[in-house]
Amino acid sequence: MNKPLRRISLFCGLLVLALLIRTNWLQYVQAEELSTRKENRRVQIAQYATERGNIIVKGNPITGSAVTNGSDYKFKRTYTEGQLWAPVTGYASQAFGSTQLESLEDGILTGNDDRLFFDRTIGMFTGEKKQGGNVITTLNPDAQRAAFEKLGNRKGAVAAIDPRTGAILALVSTPSYDPSRFAGNSKDDEKAWVELKDSEDKNLVNRALRETYPPGSTFKVVTAAAALEHKVVDDINAPTDTPEPYILPGTKTPMVNHATGCEKASLNKALEVSCNSVFANMGDKVTRDKMVETAEKFGFNNDKIDVPVRAFASVYDKKMSRDGNAQSSIGQFNTAATPLQMAMVTAAIANDGKLMKPYMVDQLTAPNLDLVEKHEPQEMSRPLSAANAQKVQQMMVNVVETGTGGNAKIKNTVVGGKTGTAQHGEGNKKRPYAWFISYAELPDGSSPVAVAVVIEDSEASREDISGGGLAAPVAKAVMQAVLGGKG
Amino acid sequence: MSVVTNTTTIGAIELPSRRNTELLLLAFAVVIPIFAYANVGLAIDGKLPPGMFVYGLGYAALAGVAHLVVRRYAKYADPLLLPLATLLNGLGVVLIWRLDQSERLQNLAKRSYGSFSPSAPNQMIYTALAIALFAGVLLLLKDHRVLQRFTYISMAGSLVLLILPVIPGLGADVFGAKIWISVGGFSIQPGEFAKIVIAVFFAGYLMVKRDALALASRRFMGLYLPRGRDLGPILMIWAMSLLVLIFENDLGTSLLFFGMFVIMLYVATERTSWIVIGLLMSIGGAVVVGATASHVKARVNAWLDPFGCYSTSGACEQVGQSIMSFGSGGVLGAGWGQGNSDLIGFAANSDFIFSTVGEELGLTGVMAFLLLYGLIIERGVRTALAARDPFGKLFAVGLSGAFAIQIFVVAGGVMGLIPLTGMTMPFLASGGSSVLANWALIGILIRISDTARRPAPAPAPSPDSEMTQVVRPS
Repeated sequence: MNKPLRRISLFCGLLVLALLIRTNWLQYVQAEELSTRKENRRVQIAQYATERGNIIVKGNPITGSAVTNGSDYKFKRTYTEGQLWAPVTGYASQAFGSTQLESLEDGILTGNDDRLFFDRTIGMFTGEKKQGGNVITTLNPDAQRAAFEKLGNRKGAVAAIDPRTGAILALVSTPSYDPSRFAGNSKDDEKAWVELKDSEDKNLVNRALRETYPPGSTFKVVTAAAALEHKVVDDINAPTDTPEPYILPGTKTPMVNHATGCEKASLNKALEVSCNSVFANMGDKVTRDKMVETAEKFGFNNDKIDVPVRAFASVYDKKMSRDGNAQSSIGQFNTAATPLQMAMVTAAIANDGKLMKPYMVDQLTAPNLDLVEKHEPQEMSRPLSAANAQKVQQMMVNVVETGTGGNAKIKNTVVGGKTGTAQHGEGNKKRPYAWFISYAELPDGSSPVAVAVVIEDSEASREDISGGGLAAPVAKAVMQAVLGGKG
Repeated sequence: MSVVTNTTTIGAIELPSRRNTELLLLAFAVVIPIFAYANVGLAIDGKLPPGMFVYGLGYAALAGVAHLVVRRYAKYADPLLLPLATLLNGLGVVLIWRLDQSERLQNLAKRSYGSFSPSAPNQMIYTALAIALFAGVLLLLKDHRVLQRFTYISMAGSLVLLILPVIPGLGADVFGAKIWISVGGFSIQPGEFAKIVIAVFFAGYLMVKRDALALASRRFMGLYLPRGRDLGPILMIWAMSLLVLIFENDLGTSLLFFGMFVIMLYVATERTSWIVIGLLMSIGGAVVVGATASHVKARVNAWLDPFGCYSTSGACEQVGQSIMSFGSGGVLGAGWGQGNSDLIGFAANSDFIFSTVGEELGLTGVMAFLLLYGLIIERGVRTALAARDPFGKLFAVGLSGAFAIQIFVVAGGVMGLIPLTGMTMPFLASGGSSVLANWALIGILIRISDTARRPAPAPAPSPDSEMTQVVRPS
């Protein structure tokens, strides 16, 4: 019986060998994949096992951590004034994942980032608990609060940029949400989450970065810049050859003007009263490809604008017909822009033609506040020459001084702006979007703030909705908040 | 010339008994779990766990008693089996204690049963009882061949043990598998004991029938096919296994019994054809049952793609969780007490305890555990090789084979190598029946190895020795 016994012994050996091979496969070959699977809650458990670092605005943390009991996760994220800061921070929820800065800077916040390796190693020897680093933002709390309060319970968004550096000063989206409400993983958290996720108002959407709107008349400053850059117009006060009514090229449709006196109006006058015909004509003369060129220099059609949260690409169609291009030149047809994009347009003009790359994380620090990374302002492009930029500035100041943007006037300060009322919906049935873009100047001629405001829907009757009436006061409040800090 | 030499004048050479080797190994087997216990305490609470020295001394005392019993009553036994069992059992208690500390499992128990009671103290009590049983086996079973007499009683006994859980009122349906009976508040898994009892029957039966099964056969395509009437026993065992599977939802026990029978049949008859027939029959049975029984089907699906049905099926979630435990452990593991294997949920300290090994001790730990089990199996088969009587050979290979299949089925199940069956990992998993039965199994193997290695009694002086001369050519 010994021969079969030896074979059985071999068979048992093979069984053990199979197990040994399997464990090597699981724990060596597949280990990485299994340990990071989305079903693997260990990833999140580790994420919330230590106190997260904070997101800081002007020295004050706008986030915090609270110990939770009876849960898989030891720490829960808390937010101070969550509604106000949600478009900046995003959320970090034990149950529902994380977004925006909370997600993008997760490595720093949890302390797992490779750049914190040294801190972790030191901590291992000194016995200190692992801590997260901090994210220091560029935001201006006064501007943020002013925008949030002025928008009130209306649906809309505000983006404000420091044109000189590209630093984002305000990023507001309303109606907002309080990320604290679903930061944990209890039943209440789930209820709050479901409510927000399915809300008709799309509370969770960051409208300032992640929603595109037809920019309407505010786009006319881009058309003006293109006309000047491509030498279609040289003197902004010279009359243009725009007939009244202006028929869209290749069609029999006349371009509707809400303003009067647009026939042969100069560029300056046309911007002041917002003549559609003049700018459609200009756009057509610049030609589609050159319009695209200028729009892209301002940041359109770029799906890689990371601040570091990625903004949706704003669109200026590259393949549309001639009449489409004419309509797009006044920000209609299929032109679409995020509030951030329009703030970038304004900032580039206010900064004498130099577009700085927008950003909102100024510094990353280690738990002990040592600097890990500091953002250096970068030039993104030059959509127009300094001389042309000043011409557009002159026209925008005129809009505020004598034209449709009067509501943005600030005493003793030079302010340039442009209103917009964008129609949308089939047959323009839906309520129009009210836009306003503007910048304010310091006495030395530089500009500390460029702002774009969009108000999506309001209770005001349709006729009353206009960029000047609704959106301009919001922009004004933001500019004042920024200027207030400078005296 | 003749090669026959008269050996009667040569006295029996006494093999070294190896008892001191066993004692030294036992010392390691006790100290390692104590260190593990300290390690878990430090990792979870930052201080040494309560009663560490009391626990250590208690376990050392148990191991000491077992050793003294072996030294006294099984002097020539294999020196490795006892230390291996002691080490595995000790580490098992530490693993269970570690899972007792899991808040997540405590909350789960409170939600499901209204209260939580730790399993480690029970496991210690069962271990003490099991070592008593182990000593009892060695004390009472002076010679394993005595068991031959109980061949048919064993058959009846094992059938009763297998049927018990299905009897209404006595059997308890725990999470779908009817493998438990509860008597006076205690739950027993009769299948664990049936494993040993049925090995007695197989060994006794096959020893008697081996010639008939081996020789009366026709040759067909290189295989010796048994006669139809000789197929009877294997068909019966096969049918019984299927019945266990169908009525008790217990894939593991079913596979274990059938596998054990085929192994013993093969050893008894030396006919490879039995292996082929056995394999064909188990594949046939598996296909039929896998396609019809929903409970088995769910497990097969969970095995094929645990993440495909992860959120919809409990079986998939368990297997998925278990595999992720292993993956998260990686090469070196998270460290005792620092993993999250408790995410697996209710069976974490029983069927799935090997996942905790995987996560907290890593690839290194899992391989070490598998090799420890491999050593037990190897010593068991070696005992069978050394045994001088066919009954002992068959009995020892049956027990070791069953042990090997159980390890393979349980570890393979939690690692996703084969469909999950829901058996316990010997010595590690929480549960009285398993600990008692496996210690009894080790006791029997030690008894057989003692008989096998015991030197033959010194020959009686031969009256002819003076007169016989061996003449060698010079």
